Amino acid sequence: MSNRNTQLYGSQIPSSEITPHSVFETGRPSRRAFVSGVGALTASGLLARQAFASDALTTVPGKFQVTDPQTPLAKASTYNNFYEYGIDKDLPAKNAHTLHTRPWSVQVSGLVKKPLTVNIDDLIHYRPLESRVYRHRCVEAWSMVIPWDGYSLSEFVNFCEPLPSAKYLQFVSLIDRKQMPELPDGFPWPYTEGLRMDEAMHPLTLLTFGCYGQTLPNQNGAPVRIVVPWKWGYKSAKSIVKVIFTDKQPATMWNELNSEEYGFYSNVNPNISHRWSQARERRIDGGFPHSVATQMFNGYGDQVASLYAGMDLNRYY
Amino acid sequence: MPTRLIPYVKAVVHLLCLAPLFLVLARYRSGALTLLADPVNYITHFTGNWALWILLVSLAITPLRRVHPRLSNLIRFRRLLGLYAFFYASLHLATYIFLFSGYDLASAWDGLTHGHPAEVWRQGLVIWPSILQDLEKRRFIQVGLLSWVLLLALALTSPQIVLRKMGGRNWQRLHRLVYVAAAAACIHYWWLIKAGVRTPLPDTLILTALLLARFVWVLRKPGVPRTDSKPRSGVRSAVLAGREASSSQ
Repeated sequence: MSNRNTQLYGSQIPSSEITPHSVFETGRPSRRAFVSGVGALTASGLLARQAFASDALTTVPGKFQVTDPQTPLAKASTYNNFYEYGIDKDLPAKNAHTLHTRPWSVQVSGLVKKPLTVNIDDLIHYRPLESRVYRHRCVEAWSMVIPWDGYSLSEFVNFCEPLPSAKYLQFVSLIDRKQMPELPDGFPWPYTEGLRMDEAMHPLTLLTFGCYGQTLPNQNGAPVRIVVPWKWGYKSAKSIVKVIFTDKQPATMWNELNSEEYGFYSNVNPNISHRWSQARERRIDGGFPHSVATQMFNGYGDQVASLYAGMDLNRYY
Repeated sequence: MPTRLIPYVKAVVHLLCLAPLFLVLARYRSGALTLLADPVNYITHFTGNWALWILLVSLAITPLRRVHPRLSNLIRFRRLLGLYAFFYASLHLATYIFLFSGYDLASAWDGLTHGHPAEVWRQGLVIWPSILQDLEKRRFIQVGLLSWVLLLALALTSPQIVLRKMGGRNWQRLHRLVYVAAAAACIHYWWLIKAGVRTPLPDTLILTALLLARFVWVLRKPGVPRTDSKPRSGVRSAVLAGREASSSQ
């Protein structure tokens, strides 16, 4: 049993060596098995225990580690923009206990070989979870340093087998009035976000299930979110229920609300003309927040600037 | 309200108006403020909200006085409330300059306590370009500063002696700018929030109601010509307020 687990998790395979077909058409577990045939596994005590909120996750140290002092979990989990649970940043921590993270599945549709629905527990165990420490820069000019647990979104994209015509991904977050009694009016719910295919495939883009070595607190986007560390925080969609592959730039909620302010790309940019200055940020860590200069692409320029080579970043903000 | 009670009520009003400041200082001393994820954001909103709320209370006094003659000596609290609104607006501005704009208070304090007072000035030079840029580019900063400058003008001309020197009518004309200051404060609030947020709505509705009350009052008394030799009620109340204030000192 344990042998089979190891194989399914793929923990002995460096992620860089994996291509979709070598995964799905060799002796390793098939795509079909991944999608539907893991009943036996989910029944195992190990997986069942990991399925519930705030459980410790088994992680391996990831490649990307920011060395700045980390934000304490107590702050990262009480200062959240998760408008479905109220527009003040202290409200999600108070209200999001009504979010049911099980049962949960993610529906994959659009320009893929075959639309499918993935169970959250299968998704969590698809690849070993890496612990990566990222800077997180909110468009509101504050920032945190957070250890996230997940694996590169590219692994999942490959798994979905997108068609060559797929150029973008849209992420749709859960919307359910019953679970969101504080849902504010005036927003084009559900929350949507999107990435260009090369952004989604970038190794920094993390499909995230936990932080600080445990499953995500509800207010931080449980049970699954993305984290795109070189973009304003709102690009990192929470509590995802649908991933749609498209050939056109998909609608994203903040862009729909205010396209002048929130562009599709939304890369962190200290020079951007915005209602308030983005030149500096309040770094939230253990002590009283201090002001630090905001870096282009949130300091990830070495890795991601090439994605935007030749693009006018004042136009594609 | 019996006149002899006014000094006591004034003491209570002072305490009530200072309570928010004491609350925030107590939260700082207890460490509760540092436990907040973003205390700077908290202080910014806290001081801004109280400035606007106290300003709205001060604007409610005139309509309230007209409801019943027994409420007429509420005028004795109007200047007091206006000055507290200016006080919190100034704290709000100071928060923007010293906590929000990247001014390093810790370094400035170190300089001050270790014989390098120039550090206080140097930190100011560091943040000055970004503040200047905010002033040039950001309309919510512009309209917010306008509101504070108007309140400053009203605060500077609030002493009784200035009222006498200016003459009641001029003084009143100047002090009507309080409506502009309050409206600018609300606009400042609307312009800084994100799309879809409506938190300034209650304050805006209250301000609108207070302005409408004055409008209705003016419409109901159409026959008072501007050249009337009798001082008009607003001037009278202002003069009266000053007289009573000075007599009670």
